[in-house]
Amino acid sequence: MTTELATLPNLMPVLPEILLAIGAMGLLMLGAFGGEKITQAVNGLAVALIIISGAIILLSGNEVILTFNDAFIQDSFARMMKLIVLVGSGLSLAMSVGFARAEKFDRFEYPVLVLLATIGMMLMLSANDLIAVYLGLELQSLTLYVLSSIKRDSSKATEAGLKYFVLGALSSGMLLYGMSLVYGFTGQTTFAGIAETIHLEPVGLGLIFGLVFVLAGLVFKISAVPFHMWTPDVYEGAPTPVTAFLAAAPKAAAMGLIVRVVMTAFEPMDVQWQQVIVFVSILSMVLGAFAAIGQKNIKRLMAYSSISHMGYALVGLAAGSSAGIAGVIIYLITYVAMTLGVFSAILSMRRKDGMVESIDDLAGLSRTDLPMAVLLGILMFSLAGIPWMGGFLGKWFVFSAAIEAGLYPLAIIGILASVVGAFYYLRIVKIMFFDEPAGAFEKTSNELRLVLIVSGLFMFTMVVYTGPIRAMAEVAANSFF
Amino acid sequence: MSDWPLLSTVVFLPLVGVLMILLVRGDGEIARRNINNVALWTTVVTFLISLLVLSQFDASNPGFQMQEQAEWLGAAISYRMGVDGISILFVILTTALMPAAIYASRISITTRVKEYMIAFLVLETMMIGVFCSLDLVLFYLFFEAGLMPMFLIIGVWGGKDRVYASFKFFLYTLLGSVLMLLAIMAIYWEAGTTDIAVLLGHPFSKQMQIWLWLAFFASFAVKMPMWPVHTWLPDAHVQAPTAGSVILAGILLKMGGYGFLRFSLPMFPLASEMFAPFVFTLSVVAIIYASLVALAQQDIKKLIAYSSVAHMGYVTMGIFSVTMQGLQGGLFQMISHGIVSGALFLCVGVIYDRMHTREISAYGGLVNRMPYFATLFMIFTMANVGLPGTSGFIGEFLTIIGVFQVNSWVAFFAAIGVILSASYALWLYRRVVLGKLEKESLKGILDLSRREKSILIPMAVLVIFFGFVPAPIQNVTAASVSALINNYQAALEAADKVALLAH
Repeated sequence: MTTELATLPNLMPVLPEILLAIGAMGLLMLGAFGGEKITQAVNGLAVALIIISGAIILLSGNEVILTFNDAFIQDSFARMMKLIVLVGSGLSLAMSVGFARAEKFDRFEYPVLVLLATIGMMLMLSANDLIAVYLGLELQSLTLYVLSSIKRDSSKATEAGLKYFVLGALSSGMLLYGMSLVYGFTGQTTFAGIAETIHLEPVGLGLIFGLVFVLAGLVFKISAVPFHMWTPDVYEGAPTPVTAFLAAAPKAAAMGLIVRVVMTAFEPMDVQWQQVIVFVSILSMVLGAFAAIGQKNIKRLMAYSSISHMGYALVGLAAGSSAGIAGVIIYLITYVAMTLGVFSAILSMRRKDGMVESIDDLAGLSRTDLPMAVLLGILMFSLAGIPWMGGFLGKWFVFSAAIEAGLYPLAIIGILASVVGAFYYLRIVKIMFFDEPAGAFEKTSNELRLVLIVSGLFMFTMVVYTGPIRAMAEVAANSFF
Repeated sequence: MSDWPLLSTVVFLPLVGVLMILLVRGDGEIARRNINNVALWTTVVTFLISLLVLSQFDASNPGFQMQEQAEWLGAAISYRMGVDGISILFVILTTALMPAAIYASRISITTRVKEYMIAFLVLETMMIGVFCSLDLVLFYLFFEAGLMPMFLIIGVWGGKDRVYASFKFFLYTLLGSVLMLLAIMAIYWEAGTTDIAVLLGHPFSKQMQIWLWLAFFASFAVKMPMWPVHTWLPDAHVQAPTAGSVILAGILLKMGGYGFLRFSLPMFPLASEMFAPFVFTLSVVAIIYASLVALAQQDIKKLIAYSSVAHMGYVTMGIFSVTMQGLQGGLFQMISHGIVSGALFLCVGVIYDRMHTREISAYGGLVNRMPYFATLFMIFTMANVGLPGTSGFIGEFLTIIGVFQVNSWVAFFAAIGVILSASYALWLYRRVVLGKLEKESLKGILDLSRREKSILIPMAVLVIFFGFVPAPIQNVTAASVSALINNYQAALEAADKVALLAH
């Protein structure tokens, strides 16, 4: 035994994370000694690091590798989700460049913190043990708290950060409490061990409590109802590039984590967790759809929109089948792409006297900047789930999985909520196309325009290559079956 | 040439036109004319190619022809295209009405012409796609995607209350359709495929048929539109620009009837039989109620919109009688109504372009200044009434014969509807066209221009031609319709046998 302890764990599967961690620390030094002039370089290097680790993941084959005494798992699901997360992080870093220049947001800490959060997310996606879950989650969360109040002179940003922190700490507490209950009733912390123990014994009330608390803590991170209260305030208060980052990658990572936790550790308790997921999913879809109608600030609107989109993704998870998990993955791909596209449009909403965030500021955009209006229009139709756009395909896969699993009430309520949701997305299209112009925006930077174009075209042409995307998602989903 | 994907060409050719329009630079007079010409020629070429499809179509074959297939979403959901006797005429109707709609917009649309033409061409692709797709998911994709360009057309180029009308149109139709989406998913898991040709022979259990039928009905009834979910139509019609109304009445409404014929009847025969009285009731109410409402309208477009609701009542009635005459009549009525209502909206567009009002009371005595207009408008009004010798008569007559064999009371009320339609249509014609030309503002009104004549005269010729010689349309549909009825009867008999055995 002693010799085994002395051997180094297999570090190969963790290579991307290690690379990012060392890189983040190096960039921190670079920033600390180089001062603010070097922010752009730090940002560029951070993007490069993300691309490299993405490439490593892409080239790392398909096999399942366990390391760190089974606490860390690298399988196709983890790889796929990590790629989504890396794309989200990398693009939101790239999108911050123009903003930083114009808004005096030159902080080298920003890319470093994003890198650290990304490491946290990747650890979450590979976590195969309750302790690993907690470590990854906290690394991500703590950096996100800091990020949302990074504009420390703005009272709105600090308020957002504090709110996020207090509620986040509460949810972490619930998560830990749930984990300790699960540990107490199963005596295990590895997912495989927990599942095995649950298999052997009848499920007791204590374990169910543990499961519910764990899920409550995790669901907070995807901001699903009833743990959504922080989302609108944080989205509105945080600087827009941070919001763009918050809205995309961490949501995907937390969703991936939930999928892994319920599909491996609590796999034998599917009756129990399915109820929780269905409940959360219905509430999120309905509340997200109705609450967004009255919003005037586009960032708040996107907050409610993301709440309902997390509800839709959970529909796939509720099905608990291979098709359902594949649906969740496809949904997250479209969600991340749409969110980044919309936020690159929001970041382009700049007038002479600074950024504007009201929906009415988009009035008549089709007259002043037709390409942007068309692309944003495509994204809005896609978010609403109108066929031809990518958003519809995401909805198709999650809802058809729910129908397969016989979850008819969930599917019917969800699809009706999507009609309500279509109303407020259409309102943005209406403001852009039907209303009289409210004055043009300043010229946007190239990288923002590029992200918007790529995301819009991706959603518009996704019907053509959904087949391959679906095949990849199915391979990833089959990690659990 | 034989394996060239002709149908896909017809479907996606308008998108090529979109790309060409995108290449036109500038927004001056010349650019506008270029855009107009590109759009017009795209639709004309599409029409010619669709005629090529028609010429290769074998009317004696009841099955799907010119099938195309390609990988799409895995094995079960593929890209499948094909036409049969039921769908091909709608393809032709679409491609034939589009040039008229585009050409009619030349004067009335002067702002944002580029976007307007792009929206229309995209809409054309979606509409043809609906009628050509042989895969449920693909069908749904086209069916719903058409909402987006129409939403923009109503909302950007529409009248005073265009925002309300466009939202109502979009959300109403979407609400109906999402339920159909769930039904499609259920079919996918039940049958393991979404290939329409396979599904037509798939025996669904009766319980399942009922739910699926209701879900499909929710979508098609809104699209059709049937009473009581018709209220979006008058708003959308009144607010839409002329060409938008033409396409809306001419083609979008036909998708509902097409859906009933393509899916509800052959795939869910037991449920269709069960719900037929329900559909008859709604149809009769639609015919009588919409005709009465039409009598009370002050707005010409609204009047024609309500008359469309009434005429679609004949279609649903005929379809669910499931007799040869009823189905043939329903199909004929849809084609005929596509031409007639399109032409009527074009006529309204003609006087709207001159006077910028649609109030009936603003007109009167137009015959004195506009003899051509009065003649053509007369022909289309008579066709709308269903006067023998026009295409409108054939459709109404056949549907009433068809339904008479099933339920004579329904036929009785439908026949009353014919009288009502005569009263509102003739009254409209009298108030707008006949009488003395007294209003000062109308004194200088000009008769049809060459462009307007070139659109309306061919339509009038078609209306009269099909009124005397309905055979060309009926021959195309006959084989597919009789196959549909045979399968329907066989399915009912099989179900009866099972029920007998169970006793």
